[in-house]
Amino acid sequence: MNRKISRVLVDILLYGFLVVISLYMILPFVWMVSSSLKPESEIFSVPPIIFSKNMTLDAYKTVIVDGNILRVLVNTFIIAASATIARLFFCSLGGFGFAKYKFIGKGPLFAVLVATLVVPFSVTLIPLFVIMSRLKWTNTFLPLIIPGAASAFGIFFMRQYISTINNELLDSARIDGASEFSIFLRIILPIVAPGMTSLGLIFFMGSWNDFLWPLVILKKPELFTLPIAINQMIQSMIGRPVYSQQMAAAVISIIPLLIIFLVFQRRFVEGITAGAVKG
Amino acid sequence: MKKKNLDQREGIIDQTQKRGAWNEIFKARWPYAFISPFYILFMIFGAFPLVFSFILSFTNWKGTGALIFNNFGNYKLILDDKVFWQSMENGLILFFMYVPFQTLLACVLAVILNSKRVRGFRFFRTLIFMPYISSMVAAGFVFQLLFGSRNGLFNSILGFFSLPTIPWLDSVWGARVALCALIIWAWLGYNMVIILAGLQTISSELTEAAMIDGANSVQAFFLITIPLLRPVILFCVITSTIGSFNLFGELMSLFHATGGEGPLNATITPLLAVFGQAFHNFKLGYASTQAYVYFVLIFVVALLQLRFFNKEVD
Repeated sequence: MNRKISRVLVDILLYGFLVVISLYMILPFVWMVSSSLKPESEIFSVPPIIFSKNMTLDAYKTVIVDGNILRVLVNTFIIAASATIARLFFCSLGGFGFAKYKFIGKGPLFAVLVATLVVPFSVTLIPLFVIMSRLKWTNTFLPLIIPGAASAFGIFFMRQYISTINNELLDSARIDGASEFSIFLRIILPIVAPGMTSLGLIFFMGSWNDFLWPLVILKKPELFTLPIAINQMIQSMIGRPVYSQQMAAAVISIIPLLIIFLVFQRRFVEGITAGAVKG
Repeated sequence: MKKKNLDQREGIIDQTQKRGAWNEIFKARWPYAFISPFYILFMIFGAFPLVFSFILSFTNWKGTGALIFNNFGNYKLILDDKVFWQSMENGLILFFMYVPFQTLLACVLAVILNSKRVRGFRFFRTLIFMPYISSMVAAGFVFQLLFGSRNGLFNSILGFFSLPTIPWLDSVWGARVALCALIIWAWLGYNMVIILAGLQTISSELTEAAMIDGANSVQAFFLITIPLLRPVILFCVITSTIGSFNLFGELMSLFHATGGEGPLNATITPLLAVFGQAFHNFKLGYASTQAYVYFVLIFVVALLQLRFFNKEVD
């Protein structure tokens, strides 16, 4: 009997702990949605109101009509999608090269690839900006897509994934006269599709939420991405605080990723853990 | 041993060498072509900027005109740059404030979720991991509403119970606490998921054996699970350390009134300092010096952590 009571107590403690942590994780989301639906006058009311009786979609209307947030949403999507597709292609290609071939200089070349992972962005930021302005690429989407089109992390990840593929499969395709590139397209790509999904989710999220680099590159409001647009709204509210609109924009920025995350959660987690646990 | 395996695996390609030298060269073109995009892009957008930035760090270039070297002028200047050293110090302070706590919490959560005792593994994992996907600019702004000194949610609650309110965002330590709350919210799930994956690679037999020998679950956790997880924990600690020196978007929105620097520079990070020098003051030369000094120092910190963790193995 005593044992049973202590078991129940431990269970209560464990679940209580998990519930408290989970509530803390949800609170900012709830507060974000709730503030975006409140009239401005109720945002700071004491005691706080979670679901207002005067719930309104005004903030959403304002950011969509005046703030042009749908344009911003489309920009963010175009950049994230093109960056992700380009990266997936070049990372799988590079991963294939390292996983399935022997060639002179392979070791040193791979060492260089891994070494590039330690260089912090702050060191290359300034020259990169100078290059982009000389190329007249500022205020275009190119700097957000091209320099990162082949990431070292992605090549490393895909190399691991591709090296598990059976060589006989490639060999029989070669006997059938397939070129190396068509082997990549017809055999490798379909097999590594799950790995590419995991990696693609990470790339897409990274690009969707990227802040510093687009902040430096994009100065025209019609080119803004979501984080830049939200930041602009925050910076311009000094002295004239409007909170519900920023929150509405934040909700709009998070919902697409949230849906993707909930649908592909397993692949998402695989992508994140693969690098850490093996390395 | 490993090398030999590699050769066997790639034996197919070797056989083609019999067909003659031309064929061999023709065959060898492919892997170079496949990996070349990375190296071409790296030369232009990685290696060249690294060198250029190093050269800039000895000049006082402002973005136009010729490069005029001022020898070690920038490096002398940086020794007395209080804001820069404050930013390095902030990185260290933040490290001590949240990294050990967050890592331990992530380990505890991972062990609880991994045990057969608790149901709803997927449910809790989803909830705890969810903040990871949110944009840090958006997150910073929500936390401003939560921690706002005058009307934030937490102070309203304190006020409601007639407790003294805390000037979270307007005091040095309050700002850092609020920032840590934001970082833990955003990254706890990420660390937990990585440790969970690590846990799944170690067998539960060892902990079970220890429990049979009379260890309780807390002892088993500290004496067996944690040491086995060392590599994964090391990964988490190093990424968190680098992360705390590289905060940017969350600062810009959480402390937007001070441009992210926080009260009395309490939350300025090296990245924010470099950004300010380069894009507000247009001192591209001096900003490069800051970036390089920071690069070297953070590299040393990461190496020290590696040594610290490897020493504990012996």
